Amino acid sequence: MSRHIISILLENEAGALSRVAGLFSARGYNIEMLTVAPTHDATLSRMTLVTSGTEAIIEQINKQLNKLVDVVTLVDLTEGQHIERELVMIKISTEGLDCDQVHSIVTGHGADVVDESEETCVVELLGNSQKIDALIASMEPLSIKEVVRSGVSGIKRGADFLTI
Amino acid sequence: MELTGAEIITRFLKDEGVEYVFGYPGGAVLHIYDALYRQSDVKHVLTRHEQGAVHAADGYARSNGKPGVVLVTSGPGATNAVTGIATAYMDSIPMVVITGQVPTPLIGNDAFQEVDTVGITRSCVKHNFLVTDINSLVCTLKKAFTIATTGRPGPVVVDVPKDVTGFSTNYSYLESVEIRSYTQRYDPPAEQIKAAVEMVMESERPILYTGGGVILGNASIELTEFARMARIPVTNTSMGLGGYPATDPQFVGMLGMHGNYEANMAMHNTDLLIAVGARFDDRVTGNIEKFCPQARIIHIDVDPSSISKNVQVDLPIVGCVKEVLADMINLLQQSGGVDRERFNRWWSDIEEWRTEDCLSYDNGGGVIHPQYVLQQLYEVTHGDAYVVSDVGQHQMFAAQYYKFDQPRRWINSGGLGTMGFGLPAAMGAQFAHPDATVCTVTGDGSIQMNIQELATCKQFGLPIKVINLNNGYLGMVRQWQEFFYERRYSEVTLQAQDQPNFVKLAESYGHVGMQIVNPDDVRPALEEAMAMKERLVFMDFVTNPEENVYPMVPAGAGLNEMILV
Repeated sequence: MSRHIISILLENEAGALSRVAGLFSARGYNIEMLTVAPTHDATLSRMTLVTSGTEAIIEQINKQLNKLVDVVTLVDLTEGQHIERELVMIKISTEGLDCDQVHSIVTGHGADVVDESEETCVVELLGNSQKIDALIASMEPLSIKEVVRSGVSGIKRGADFLTI
Repeated sequence: MELTGAEIITRFLKDEGVEYVFGYPGGAVLHIYDALYRQSDVKHVLTRHEQGAVHAADGYARSNGKPGVVLVTSGPGATNAVTGIATAYMDSIPMVVITGQVPTPLIGNDAFQEVDTVGITRSCVKHNFLVTDINSLVCTLKKAFTIATTGRPGPVVVDVPKDVTGFSTNYSYLESVEIRSYTQRYDPPAEQIKAAVEMVMESERPILYTGGGVILGNASIELTEFARMARIPVTNTSMGLGGYPATDPQFVGMLGMHGNYEANMAMHNTDLLIAVGARFDDRVTGNIEKFCPQARIIHIDVDPSSISKNVQVDLPIVGCVKEVLADMINLLQQSGGVDRERFNRWWSDIEEWRTEDCLSYDNGGGVIHPQYVLQQLYEVTHGDAYVVSDVGQHQMFAAQYYKFDQPRRWINSGGLGTMGFGLPAAMGAQFAHPDATVCTVTGDGSIQMNIQELATCKQFGLPIKVINLNNGYLGMVRQWQEFFYERRYSEVTLQAQDQPNFVKLAESYGHVGMQIVNPDDVRPALEEAMAMKERLVFMDFVTNPEENVYPMVPAGAGLNEMILV
């Protein structure tokens, strides 16, 4: 079992997202994360999907996705050099907390405090999933109220494009 | 020219060359039915249930290769069609299903006869569309026909809200349509094809395992030529029967759960499996861990996702089977062909397995054995009928005992196994081939799942011969309960006193009914029925109640571990 990031150019049409989601549930594949948004070409959406499975399952996922009529093209980012990014926002209760302790965790992970109130603060971090997991783990002893992850987005490095 | 949406649909169907639409009217499709009424190019067949309409379109498509077309209303019209759509999807049948939908402003309001048709059918169609703009109607219809009929075929649903069928716009037919996200064809890959031919030349014990793809891809001629040229034995899946002539000495029979012993033994012992348009279904492979243990595998298929799905293959070839086989024939010819003596030992092994005579059965006891009925049907029809099967024991008997020499003559619900498929699908085949003998082989369970279509047969004068193998049981389930549940026959008995009188039932629908109880009457009755060219004859054969389908690969066993009798 290994983790794969599959990046998809999808027709920007009603129901396209359900076709992808439906494929995963109907065939029993894993979806760990899913993000989708329009691109500079209004007819296309870009979807990034994090999944895991054996080599055979990942091969089937790629083939089955390709077979969907709304899927224009796709790439498994994990097969090459790529950048992955995810945004997390963590809201904690600051009541009875040592400000220095929060500060040292935030700076130690390269995160920012983007909102502060009398009882709460929101910490934000942009990074790959490992960095985000690490931040959440360090903040676990504090009083975490909410964790909001954007899910992974990714792109290939260098002069290698996912276009139509 | 300015036409309404409804008129555009009927006009488009005409321009697309559609001869028949199978359907059932309702509120959301009133405009379309009015447009149908006002033209005479496209003929409408009113079935008595939407499921019947879809199976009829399916039988039409399977028997002549053209896409089947269905028209049903919204809500229950669409949900009743779902079983038929799923049946076509599992067997990759080209079909376009037009469903009515509530008017656009009402969508999502739980309107009368509203269901989310696109949502409900999503997982059992090749693709589906909701048309919300009259100006995209023609383009969408063209896309639907293109997607349904190219690549690996399949059903496409086009959901059309009622208001869209009432709006008007300019109409002109589209000859073709570009779909950027859809691959309509793959060029045959030269390198892989060359490698495949080399593997054939190196092999000692090759076998061709071919499926529905050969029928759908019209590749029987190429398959036959290739197999004969290389002297390779051929086995067919149940979907592939007729893809290679069953009376040819190189044919070793159907394979799989109720396949021939020689076919399954050859699969188990082969060193080169050449899969053509087949998908390694669990009914074919038996226990996948024990499948073809000594073989290298070549898989030719038009659908990349079929390859290495269940079984990892050594050489994938994505392409149209007809073109790939034609290229293989050419290469084989250029290289001087395969040494005719090369497979002598392999053939002597196969002849040895053949001596098991795995389809022999005890025909005694003064009762009608279903196998005997099928053998007699084969002889009386000279092997030339369209045989449309329902689902159950009779389906397997028909597949085993009727020898199909031509493609598209054997029609059955192979993937989904839909009881009730037989009679309506036979109607579709009869529409496609009005002068041919069309038989439906069914059972007392299956026939009652779409018996209402006897009325459609009357209305259109379809002279189908219904071969009802009546054993008073849901036989295939009973067989499994006998083998694996210590004969606890749970809810499988259809007691004689609770059954309809099929003869009177047929007569009340305006057809000819016959009941056959004595084995000596089987052949004369079949001859009498076949002589009634203009009439539907319902033949109720009272058969041996606890007959079992043999041979059989039990669940979990390998193909070499068959129960012979």
